[in-house]
Amino acid sequence: MKDDKISSLFDKGEEFLEIFRKGQEFTRDLLKDNEQLRFRVVKLEEALKSRYDAPVPKLGGDKYEELARKVALYELKLSELEEKLNEVEEENVGFAQRYIDVEEQNNNLANLYVASFQLHSTLNYEEVLQIILEIIINLVGAEEFAIFLLDEKRELLVPAAAEGQDLEGMSPITMGEGVIGAAAQSQESYLNKNPPSTPAELLENPLVCIPLMIKDELIGIINIYKLLQQKEEFVPVDFELFTLLAGHAATAIFSSRLYSESRRKLTTYKGFLNLLSQ
Amino acid sequence: MAALKFLIIEDSPTMRQLIRFSMKRIPRVEVIEANDGLDGLKKLSSNQVDLILTDINMPIMDGLKLVTMVRGNDSYKDIPIIIITTEGAKEDRDKAMALGANAYITKPIQSAGLLATVKKLLDI
Repeated sequence: MKDDKISSLFDKGEEFLEIFRKGQEFTRDLLKDNEQLRFRVVKLEEALKSRYDAPVPKLGGDKYEELARKVALYELKLSELEEKLNEVEEENVGFAQRYIDVEEQNNNLANLYVASFQLHSTLNYEEVLQIILEIIINLVGAEEFAIFLLDEKRELLVPAAAEGQDLEGMSPITMGEGVIGAAAQSQESYLNKNPPSTPAELLENPLVCIPLMIKDELIGIINIYKLLQQKEEFVPVDFELFTLLAGHAATAIFSSRLYSESRRKLTTYKGFLNLLSQ
Repeated sequence: MAALKFLIIEDSPTMRQLIRFSMKRIPRVEVIEANDGLDGLKKLSSNQVDLILTDINMPIMDGLKLVTMVRGNDSYKDIPIIIITTEGAKEDRDKAMALGANAYITKPIQSAGLLATVKKLLDI
């Protein structure tokens, strides 16, 4: 019994020994692999280092000079190109600005052409007044304004058409009286640089007054009291339009009134002749 | 490229002429004009229109009513609409856009701005 136990212990000891032996072999293999890997790393590091530290191949004198010449040439060309690029960029900025200017001019000319075309498109007095209103609303961007026409006999400026204001409630203005009367008397456009804030005051002192003239003869006056919400201030084309209105609107009003009168007279004469011939 | 047909709906002959002027700067554009919304709808029914430019304040039928009618019709609902108006208030703009307008331009118009809007909407 005791011998069996001793034998069993020896067997187990042998088994442990075998396990330790295998572990030793495994550790040895690991160490070997580790050494190989470390060797590989060192080799790779050396290869990498040699690649970067490799001396630049030396060129012969002629080749070096040729390359140096080429580099100098390319540098010169590069600086020339940079200079040209700067010039082109400057020109581009100039062209862009000119394009904006031309576009603005184009817009202004279109406005002036359309205004002029429409003013002379009819000889009907009511239509002429309507066209003047349209021009001031749509092209100038005014919300409240009125056209007064001169009654020469009474020396009064009489309201003829209005937008945003009650025409019936507007009173005639005596020539020379107040801002409007003075502008009409002087035959000079008036621009209010410090417009009053209340509507009632604006009626007396508008944003702008444009006398309507045929040569030296006053026909009437346009008064603008308020601009559209989105129109903050007058722009250069507005003053061009005012100049155009001052002359062309006056001519259109005068011609249409003359035409209406002559038509009325013609009808009267025709009626009278018909009466005589019967 | 086939010709483009634009419908201008405006009661003011002055504005119609000015808008026509601007639109003619786009190559191969044919312009049709109408005096009010109802006239515009009539012209729309008899033409293949690529773009509508309309005012808001017009007699007989205003621009907002027109936008509603156009957007409610399957045949026209995809036609881009540009509103050109004197109404500069934000609520007017919001209302028009909510009804289906594609762009809202206030008067007085700048030709370049209008052209840019048209080109953007039509991708030309």
